[in-house]
Amino acid sequence: MANLDIKLKVDASGLSCPLPILKATQGIKSIESGQLMEIVATDPGSVKDFDAWSKATGNALLEQDAVDGKFRFVLRRK
Amino acid sequence: MDETISIVLFSGTDDKLQSASVMAAGAAALGRPVKILLQYWALDAFRADRINADHGLAPEAGEAGRAAMDAVTRAGGAHWSATMRAAKEIGDVDIQACSASMELLKLKQTDLDSLVDGIEGVASFFINAGEGQILFI
Repeated sequence: MANLDIKLKVDASGLSCPLPILKATQGIKSIESGQLMEIVATDPGSVKDFDAWSKATGNALLEQDAVDGKFRFVLRRK
Repeated sequence: MDETISIVLFSGTDDKLQSASVMAAGAAALGRPVKILLQYWALDAFRADRINADHGLAPEAGEAGRAAMDAVTRAGGAHWSATMRAAKEIGDVDIQACSASMELLKLKQTDLDSLVDGIEGVASFFINAGEGQILFI
């Protein structure tokens, strides 16, 4: 895994849909264009949701993985 | 393509209000404008003095559904009004009270929670909905 310069980490563990993408929207607005946000969620819909959210908003999904039932996403603000 | 999502929110039970808040917040997070028209029992649930009251559940919830919803509340799950407020903070979400329902329930805008932006009629709702999709909850 590349060593990315994460500007903001958001923990959305335990939150159900749509709160992970809601928190992502709040978070991405607090960083500058080009900066990275990491978000961790446990909601099983979040894999498809973050893919859709990335496509709809233009904030690129750079990385995603799943460890111990937690999904991690790294997004770059448009 | 018109990306506006318009929701006619008619039902006033907590589960259906929760459903509407999820749809509104999800659409807002995707950057879509959301227009909500509050009618009948949904409008009553947006009264400032009872927005956080127990509004019951749809009949099909039954006892098991009631228990499941209570467990979510005890675990600190967000109330539908909090989700709706967050949706307004992150996106373009406009909530209007149906003028006929206001009359039916003998309400003034000052009786309503600050989530409600104004009062409109059905013609205004359809014009604002444009070619976008309309949901009825």
